[in-house]
Amino acid sequence: MSIFHDLTVKPWVAAQGTAENLYDRATARKLALRLFLAVVTVLFMLLVVAYGRRMAYEDWRPSPQLGLLWANTFALILSSVALQWAQFSVRRGRMDGMRVALLAGGAFTVVFLVGQILAWRQLNAMVYFDVTNPAIAFFYLITGLHGLHLLGGMVAWGRTFARVWGDFDVARIRHSVELCTLYWHFLLGVWLVLFGLLFSGNNLDILLKLCGIR
Amino acid sequence: MSYVAHDESAFAPPAEVEEVELYHPKTWVGKYVWSQDAKVIAVQYAMTAMGIGLVALVLSWLMRLQLGYPNSFSFIDPSNYLQFVTMHGMIMVIYLLTALFLGGFGNYLIPLMVGARDMVFPYVNMVSYWVYLFAVLLLVASFFVTGGPTGAGWTLYPPQAIAQGTPGASWGIILMLVSLAFFIVGFTMGGLNYVVTVLQARTRGMTMMRLPLTVWGIFMATILALLAFPALFVSAIMMTLDLTLGTSFFMPAIVSMGQQGGHSGGNPLLFQHLFWFFGHPEVYIVALPAFGIVSDLLSVHARKNIFGYRMMVWAILAIGGLSFLVWAHHMYVSGMNPYFGFFFATTTLIIAVPTAIKVYNWVLTLWRGNIHLTVPMLFAIGFIFTFINGGLTGLFLGNATVSVPLSDTMFVVAHFHMVMAVAPILVVFGAIYHWYPKITGRMLNDTLGKFHFWVTFVGTYFIYYPMHYLGMMGVPRRYYAIGGTDFIPASAHFVNEWITIAALVVGAVQLVFLYNLVWSYFKGKPSGSNPWNATTLEWQTPDTPPKHGNFGAALPVVYRWAYDYSVPGAVDDFIPQNVPPREVAGRNSSKT
Repeated sequence: MSIFHDLTVKPWVAAQGTAENLYDRATARKLALRLFLAVVTVLFMLLVVAYGRRMAYEDWRPSPQLGLLWANTFALILSSVALQWAQFSVRRGRMDGMRVALLAGGAFTVVFLVGQILAWRQLNAMVYFDVTNPAIAFFYLITGLHGLHLLGGMVAWGRTFARVWGDFDVARIRHSVELCTLYWHFLLGVWLVLFGLLFSGNNLDILLKLCGIR
Repeated sequence: MSYVAHDESAFAPPAEVEEVELYHPKTWVGKYVWSQDAKVIAVQYAMTAMGIGLVALVLSWLMRLQLGYPNSFSFIDPSNYLQFVTMHGMIMVIYLLTALFLGGFGNYLIPLMVGARDMVFPYVNMVSYWVYLFAVLLLVASFFVTGGPTGAGWTLYPPQAIAQGTPGASWGIILMLVSLAFFIVGFTMGGLNYVVTVLQARTRGMTMMRLPLTVWGIFMATILALLAFPALFVSAIMMTLDLTLGTSFFMPAIVSMGQQGGHSGGNPLLFQHLFWFFGHPEVYIVALPAFGIVSDLLSVHARKNIFGYRMMVWAILAIGGLSFLVWAHHMYVSGMNPYFGFFFATTTLIIAVPTAIKVYNWVLTLWRGNIHLTVPMLFAIGFIFTFINGGLTGLFLGNATVSVPLSDTMFVVAHFHMVMAVAPILVVFGAIYHWYPKITGRMLNDTLGKFHFWVTFVGTYFIYYPMHYLGMMGVPRRYYAIGGTDFIPASAHFVNEWITIAALVVGAVQLVFLYNLVWSYFKGKPSGSNPWNATTLEWQTPDTPPKHGNFGAALPVVYRWAYDYSVPGAVDDFIPQNVPPREVAGRNSSKT
């Protein structure tokens, strides 16, 4: 039933039939996660817009491009692929495959996070480092907030991973793996946008003009 | 045509799907302190919000004492004054109104009104409250640190907020920013719960268009808050970093007393955009629940269905959407491009359309209704008057050309308080008088309630009506003292004294309200389960106050909308939402 139809019924005219009690634990959790992702989207969208607005000023000095970020991005892609594999396996009842994929997903995420910390240290050691340069500050802020969201995801991952040994409720684990996979894919997407932004240097002129910022 | 449905297909079997998992506490502490019951959490939210709100009320008294009788009180110096202004504003908007409407009324009413046993994530709901309490305690702590709380003004604009010389520029502002960040984390936990509960845990038969408007208002306000608070969260973090690590997100290069400051390249306007991207939806985060609640109060106490239910829902949705497109009307004096000013003035005026629709519908609900002038009804009618008055002055301030000269005057303070402070707080009082019987099982004292209403309602007009004139005279806001400024006549000082006396009286009468809350809890008249003869599900619970799980052995099944009052042919002048058509037919008079 479409939203338009829902909003145009006339509840006062006649009985509308028997709408079902909608509650379902798994659906509720998935909906809650999607809502949370919407909140996180707004958070990062505002950071991107703030970054773009600051780029538009004449005195913008972009942060240096770190080659390590490419490797980190590759690790995050692998973690997302691994979790997709875990979801594929659990849906087909291949529990051993699911465990291996889940472990790989977590391991690649740890590699990504360690890589991000190394990138922070690299930047800190460079002559370009100047905490009052907004581009540098944005780099730390954006990567830091993204990393914190992944760390939060690792808590959910850890709870799921701890439950996949011995006897367990397959439906529940399947649901948890699906939620983790959705979250990882989302954070990968966010990272790709942020990575493009942080690596753009001063090359977003057309985009800034299109958005009316420059 | 009869409004009573006789369709036998409308009968529904009992709900047979899985129910929300409930945690059943075994100890007093588990039941009332670390509670996962939304009703207890609601009371915890409400008591905390009202407690911190009383602090803000006292701060407003101190401000008014200074303005009414300048230089008479040695304990109020310019720094203190700015701190009082800042803390009063932030506490009232965020920690009282937002927390009370969403955390208080949202928690109590959503599960009961949609026919659920509890919120869908009770544990997260409990954590939400404790994080909120922690945020409040952090804020209170700022009164006791070196330098005191921040005096940056409630909008916390940089560079002033963290520049040396501003009161509380060391610890006060940090505690404020960290407290806000925790508030937002706590709210997000609660907010996800409210939205998912409305979308997923409605009982059988409770379609979205059968929801009471109270739920619609809280639901939409929660969505706004979830999408708007990230802007405040981001700006709080960025300003904290500017202050602690020396970054320059918002702080430009500043030369002060011949010394170059440590910052360079920051953009203060960026903060204003982020703040008001949150700040304007915040107005509707407070207003939409008030709109929803007042709709239900008017309908119940006028014994008449709400006029234009669908339009009311659509207006809530339209206001919610438009509220994200008007933020820069708070920034007309920031030097924006005139075309942007034109754009934001236009969107601001457009948002008046759905708002006016709601006002007309409230008035038309009263039209030829069987109006009972109960205390909740008095507050609801008081809200309509006040909201119209506050809204009309909004037309002045929404227009860039008129707003610029009025921007830094008391006119803004008067407008803002009429529309955003007095109007919603009248609804808060109306709602408490209305639902107190369900929460405690006892009625609030009617005489004290009417006394509370009239002094509060008339008193706030004594405060804010003359304040508009002060603003038009050019009396500036935010000033500790206006002294012997030439263009301000002596009569302005008299008006300031008058306002101060009125503010002290209105503040004091709230103690009568608090006394009534406590006295009635022990000595109030027993209310029974449905003292107002209302139709919505919270009044149909087997126990009053409702027990954990709300509805006893079986969840209710809903057969009709929430506004079947004075239905032609029905014996009673109300038909609860869970009464099947067959029972209504059986109860119909011979005229049916």
